[in-house]
Amino acid sequence: MTDDSKNIAGESNQNKNGIKRRELLKGLLGVPVLGVFAYSWFHKQKLDEITKKAIHEEINLDISNPLAGKVVSQDKQIRLGIIGTGGRGRYLLKAAGFLSPKIISNYREEAKNNKMDKRYEEFLDQPGLNIVINGVCDIYEVNAEKGLAAAANISREFDESKIGPLPKRYKNYKELLAAPDIDAVIIATPDHWHGPITIDAARAGKHVYCEKPMTWTVTETYEVVKAVTESGIVFQLGHQNRQTESYFKAKEAYEKGFLGKVNLVEVTTNRNSPEGAWVYKIDEEASRNNIDWEQFLGPAPYHDFSLERFFRWRCWWDYSTGLSGDLFTHDYDAMNQILGLGIPHSAVASGGIYFYKDGRTVPDVLQMAFEYPERDLTLLYSATQASEKSRGRLIMGHDAWMSIDNYLDIYADPSSTRYKQKIEAGIIDPAIPIYSYNPGKKQVDAITSPTEKYFAGRGLLYTYRDGRRVDPSHLHIKDWLDSIRSNTLPMCNIYRGFEEAMTAHMGTIAYRENRKTFWDKEKQVIV
Amino acid sequence: MNYSKSQLFWLVTLRVLIGWHFLYEGVVKLVNPNWSGIGYLMDSGGFMSGFFQQMAANPSMLQFVDFINIWGLIAIGLGLILGSFSRIATLSGILLLALYYLSHPPFPGIKYVMPMEGSYLLVNKILIEMVTLFILYLFPTGKEAGLDKFICRKQNKKVDKND
Repeated sequence: MTDDSKNIAGESNQNKNGIKRRELLKGLLGVPVLGVFAYSWFHKQKLDEITKKAIHEEINLDISNPLAGKVVSQDKQIRLGIIGTGGRGRYLLKAAGFLSPKIISNYREEAKNNKMDKRYEEFLDQPGLNIVINGVCDIYEVNAEKGLAAAANISREFDESKIGPLPKRYKNYKELLAAPDIDAVIIATPDHWHGPITIDAARAGKHVYCEKPMTWTVTETYEVVKAVTESGIVFQLGHQNRQTESYFKAKEAYEKGFLGKVNLVEVTTNRNSPEGAWVYKIDEEASRNNIDWEQFLGPAPYHDFSLERFFRWRCWWDYSTGLSGDLFTHDYDAMNQILGLGIPHSAVASGGIYFYKDGRTVPDVLQMAFEYPERDLTLLYSATQASEKSRGRLIMGHDAWMSIDNYLDIYADPSSTRYKQKIEAGIIDPAIPIYSYNPGKKQVDAITSPTEKYFAGRGLLYTYRDGRRVDPSHLHIKDWLDSIRSNTLPMCNIYRGFEEAMTAHMGTIAYRENRKTFWDKEKQVIV
Repeated sequence: MNYSKSQLFWLVTLRVLIGWHFLYEGVVKLVNPNWSGIGYLMDSGGFMSGFFQQMAANPSMLQFVDFINIWGLIAIGLGLILGSFSRIATLSGILLLALYYLSHPPFPGIKYVMPMEGSYLLVNKILIEMVTLFILYLFPTGKEAGLDKFICRKQNKKVDKND
């Protein structure tokens, strides 16, 4: 081999190596890209972590389940009676574990046709409460029969032939209260009967679960409290919101001072349908023959038989407490639960019958303002039954505001003192919640993405993922039964009921008498 | 395939960028313990919405869909960035994007709860990304600039030996 040929061979080897190296580099081209990806990923994670930590320093809420409930032996069976098995009464029966085979069978069919329909599964999953329904009372035959069919279905059958013997039907609630095989009663009658039946039940020594509002008149409110406390029965008022998880978080957030000084609380009702305005369907089969009209009237002023009044009783003061007693009480009780408001110092109200000019006497648009000067706070209620623009529930503090529903969001106020530094440093963005709580989720995030927030706001929560939703009414009945078994106070007890009733009455009187009402704390009277 | 230098450069850039997009979408879901496709599936509209909502309704199916989503996105992303198994990665990417498109087709008259990031009529970014992947499938670059260079060589050698 000549030197020249050696050189050429050397050069071609070098060329080959060069090509190989270049090819290798080309083949591994993606690797440095992955390096850049990893670097920027960790950099971003670190930034997010610092932000989260900084917010956590401000808002450190416990993420564990706030609702452990009472731990009580369920051995003792409680024997119930139910008074009033209309729509709400039957709903409570369902929440207690009793549905008629016909409805269960319907749910079952619906679930077969539509996998998204979880009612059948959820009802069967609902834990048993070790209760039995021994008496059903309704003054309308059709409702009584529906109630009996549900109450008899102790093993949640969908086959009608398999249900047990029907419980006893009572035509008058006093007979039911006299029955020795009944320990406790659920009252789901129209408003004007809540007080009288509760008083009679307490005197008969029966524990009471009563639908809201607690009373129809101011006078009977004192009598209810007297009868309940003297007899020592366990009384639960039907504000199932007491069981809502997010309200416990809201209370914690408020008590820890995350909101700063709260001066305004705003709650609203926004409905826009005939049902939402209490114009319910009138049963075709209903008549003078199957309705005990005299018993329906009870303490109400006399009126000739009227199907309209019987089915749509919420529209008349004669039987109803209007928006204040029917809908505001839910919001009031939620705020009373979170903020511990008690009875306000004063109330003003205004409104009118502006949309449903159907002969009703209760307003369909109502504003009420309740003052708590000792707390430097106003509770504002605004309701319409002719627009469903949702205005939510807000607790507004100097440092942050809180929006509360099944989910909970806390936003820092742009002019907050407490969060000033962190807002200026860009750590807290007033447009993004500093705390979000979605009960359907497995965990609590300090910050949730706008998409998640959007879903939560529309109730499209993660409810289908981990199995089942729980009905707050079921939990509320359970709390009542557990309190009976352990002789303790339930969550919405007689004292909370007294506050609820008096507050609602103050608003109603302010509206009806067109004046400002005051609460005399010493004498415990509305003036 | 014989590409000019600039053709190869831009084709590879496109492949890597789409790969990055897939990889990031996958990793973000992986590290978020609360992530689930349920909301997206439930919000499905159009002629195939029943199919997608059924997926959300069945818990074990949903678990499977979530798993495939996370690891599918990550695998496709890695494949496109590294240029490894790039044909399978490209085809899988097309399939996944087709499902996303069909679950939320931007047809007139269909409304979604989930906010969209832009305004669309029939054509949205998912569709464009999908068609782009088709192009990349027809103009593969894994063997020119990617790990497929070595993967395919090994396969070729095996074939040679068998001969």
